Amino acid sequence: MNTEIKKVQLFVTCLVDKFFPGVGFAVVEILERLGLAVEFPQAQTCCGQPAFNGGFWDDARAMARHTINVLSQSDAPIVIPSGSCADMIIHHYAEILADDPDYGARAKEIEHRTYEFTQFLVDVLGVTDLKAHATGCLTYHASCHGLRGLGLRTQPQQLLEKVKGIEQKLLPGAEECCGFGGLFAVKMSDISQAIMARKLDNIESTGAETVVGTDVSCLMHIAGGLHRRGSKVQVKHLAEILRGRE
Amino acid sequence: MIASHVTFYERVEDALNNNQLHVALNIATTRFVEGRVKAFDALPEGERLRDHARRIRAHTIAHLDRYLDQFAGSVERLGGQVHWAETADEANQIISDLARQYQVKKAVKSKSMVTEELHLNHVLEELGTQVVETDLGEYIIQLAHETPSHIIAPVIHKTRREIAELFREKLQASDQDLADVPNMTALARRVLRKDFLQADMGITGVNFGVAETGSICLVMNEGNGRLATTIPRVHVAVMGMERLVPTMRDLEVMVQVLARSATGQKLSVYTNIITGPRRKDSRTEPDGPEAFHVVIVDNGRSKLLGSDLAEILYCIRCGACANICPVYQQIGGHAYGSVYSGPIGAVVTPGLYGIELWSELPHASSLCGACREVCPVRINIPRMLLKLRDEGTRAGKNPAWLKAGIKFYRFAATRPRLYHFGGRLSGWLTQLIARDGWIRRLPGPLSGWTDQRDFPAFAPKSFSQCWREERKE
Repeated sequence: MNTEIKKVQLFVTCLVDKFFPGVGFAVVEILERLGLAVEFPQAQTCCGQPAFNGGFWDDARAMARHTINVLSQSDAPIVIPSGSCADMIIHHYAEILADDPDYGARAKEIEHRTYEFTQFLVDVLGVTDLKAHATGCLTYHASCHGLRGLGLRTQPQQLLEKVKGIEQKLLPGAEECCGFGGLFAVKMSDISQAIMARKLDNIESTGAETVVGTDVSCLMHIAGGLHRRGSKVQVKHLAEILRGRE
Repeated sequence: MIASHVTFYERVEDALNNNQLHVALNIATTRFVEGRVKAFDALPEGERLRDHARRIRAHTIAHLDRYLDQFAGSVERLGGQVHWAETADEANQIISDLARQYQVKKAVKSKSMVTEELHLNHVLEELGTQVVETDLGEYIIQLAHETPSHIIAPVIHKTRREIAELFREKLQASDQDLADVPNMTALARRVLRKDFLQADMGITGVNFGVAETGSICLVMNEGNGRLATTIPRVHVAVMGMERLVPTMRDLEVMVQVLARSATGQKLSVYTNIITGPRRKDSRTEPDGPEAFHVVIVDNGRSKLLGSDLAEILYCIRCGACANICPVYQQIGGHAYGSVYSGPIGAVVTPGLYGIELWSELPHASSLCGACREVCPVRINIPRMLLKLRDEGTRAGKNPAWLKAGIKFYRFAATRPRLYHFGGRLSGWLTQLIARDGWIRRLPGPLSGWTDQRDFPAFAPKSFSQCWREERKE
């Protein structure tokens, strides 16, 4: 394990903050167990991704500037339990702020120390075995922005493989989009739900009790679909599995 | 180009309610996607070949003016004629004039997306020239008076049974003719053979024009293009102005990635390289048409050069992005309302014809990035969809509720106290209407979410609130 890093900043994301605080605490617990001090900048809100993806770049810029201010208070690495929010900061802040000499440069500084949660554990800390225990049968759905945006092809699976006590089923079409897509899920809700139906069929076909992912936005949409169907399949963020102890 | 009077949302609804379409799309896109994966798995240097292909396209587009001049010079040296069309109308006028000049009664066409873009068939038919599509898929589309719904598989939306019914009605096909696919194909072949022999003009597209030699390359699996370019007296090749490669060596790279990406083949069954018309004074080209014309079409392309969308001109029209696209897989090509469908269509259509009439298309994507991953020349399609969304916003193309909602969200998200207060208020509100933590119906413009999904209530206490209380910060 890389022991040079002593502290991290948690950017918890708006959805985890308001809808799934348990995911945030699972992340904190895991990071603290690894001996890291976790900072939580209190002024953080939303990274601006909904506005950016919706085509409201001026509004996204305002939120990006705010987030840059918040995350510049400390020089600690930034850990985010969401592939899409991490992708927003890493790949899009500098692009939308390209004409802003001050914030454009600060965006570049931030992007080099921003990591998605599993990326931080595996690629930065060099940890895969968190001595986690869990039970039941799981299947893993790879969210698009982590997978293709950040290129996290194996990191979540490496962490899952070391979890004791679980059985894993391969999800058919695991790398296919779930149909969420941010505002797309509202603006083009019919298409979004048609894509979701295929994902839910695939999840249910595995017979797994729990579907695991690394992006609560997709998981919120999948969970909402499963709940409407009356499915018994549980939906969990990977951090909630990794925090488990015997 | 004018958008259909049926709105995008209506077309989507029609598509989603069409079960037969769903079955047809599922079969075809699955086959294409798997074929592509196998074809590249079998090619160890595949990824490098794609990098190479991208460099060729990037270089060509960066120096397009030079390569267009070189290509035109090469074609003319071979005895061909080059025509430049700035608009669709100009292109149609040029081709109509050629049809008149050569007294063309019948023209046979091989598959060409650019002529679909021009709506050339209608123009020629009004002139009294019979136009026969000879690619089997395009032929079926023509019989059915429809438009193609996929860049390389125009009839992807139809099942075999639907085509059999069409043949029975339009070609008076017998039960024997319709017994199986080979018989149906044989019937079309018999009918089309007569057209080939009678045609005065062959009209084709161009997959690649080779600047150094003036050759045009046509790839196909049916051989119809070979007949269309050898039997009639006149060959008119219609080419989008971006479809060039500098040299034959570059062509070798492009045809490999094209076939593997499009159909999963190593090479298409027919890769034709046509270098000028028949020459009387030489033994090099003793057959082929007497006259060879290339019509180079701009129709909005040149304004993309140097713009944020310039990369879309790298496209080699393989259709891989459509096959892999979760949105295309659900709604098919017709819902896009334009000749070019799928992710590439969602960029090309507003790119060529303006965001004003086509502002929904860039939003018809979950931004999953699968298109970018499979694109043989690695076009960053999601980036351009995002750019177009921003352009749409600046053109005032968003509903008022969304604009107001985003403005309000921005206002709050840049003021943490207000943001968290608003969060607590929303939490309280959603807890009020939720049952067991889930909301079954969201109000107003958000109601689409809850058609087939429940929406979670806010957590009783947010992470930040818990943190403040527990950590006493």
